[in-house]
Amino acid sequence: MTVSDLINKLDLKLVAGADGLDHAISGCYICDLLSLVMSNSSSGNVWVTVQTNINVVAVAALTDAACVVIAENSQLEPIAVSKADKEGIAVLSTHMTAYEIACKLKDVL
Amino acid sequence: MSDIVKTLHYDVDPKDFDSVGEASGKTKNVLRQLGFPPEVLRRVAIAMYEGEINMVIHANGGTADVEISPKQIKITLKDNGPGIPDIEKAMQKGYSTASEEARSLGFGAGMGLFNMDTYADELNITTKIGVGTTVEMIIRT
Repeated sequence: MTVSDLINKLDLKLVAGADGLDHAISGCYICDLLSLVMSNSSSGNVWVTVQTNINVVAVAALTDAACVVIAENSQLEPIAVSKADKEGIAVLSTHMTAYEIACKLKDVL
Repeated sequence: MSDIVKTLHYDVDPKDFDSVGEASGKTKNVLRQLGFPPEVLRRVAIAMYEGEINMVIHANGGTADVEISPKQIKITLKDNGPGIPDIEKAMQKGYSTASEEARSLGFGAGMGLFNMDTYADELNITTKIGVGTTVEMIIRT
């Protein structure tokens, strides 16, 4: 499954990083503490968080995340949008909570 | 070492949470271009990113130097910050002295030095109160 497929299946909104839409997805990791994400997420994961600062993009790039999903309608900061576009990291937004996203991901992944 | 194929140098800006991760991101890209395997890229990225964050959160920035050779990546992070009073305590998983600002951004989990120790094959810390800290990490390929 690609990031594009995920957007369609879960009705997510692309807020940055359109160049990353064809990244392949393999699993999911949910956490807001960056050190834990660095250490415990895997390449190709969908990373679900409510963090919205530029460091989210840096961590997603360093861990080769497939994409980032920002839960609960949190707004990605403008400087983070620019970096995500530059790095080609797709950042998606949704009104759902991390739990609700996880439940839906279980059905589609 | 005579087999060093490339050296990198970065200045890590003080108190700039917006640019933290640039040095480790660029280093990872260089290593990828040189053909190092994904697991090496991952270990270097984690260890170096944690070091970069620490320099921004706790010291006034500093410098990051990387020596790349076929058998190992050596990362040297040097700052002129306050020094680490109790390294043993600082190494403990979950122990953090990060500011509220840093915590609000998702840092300060108390995993920094623990991750560096976990993902580097060698971690050497030299620190002096009021003078600064030098962290040397070696990741074997």
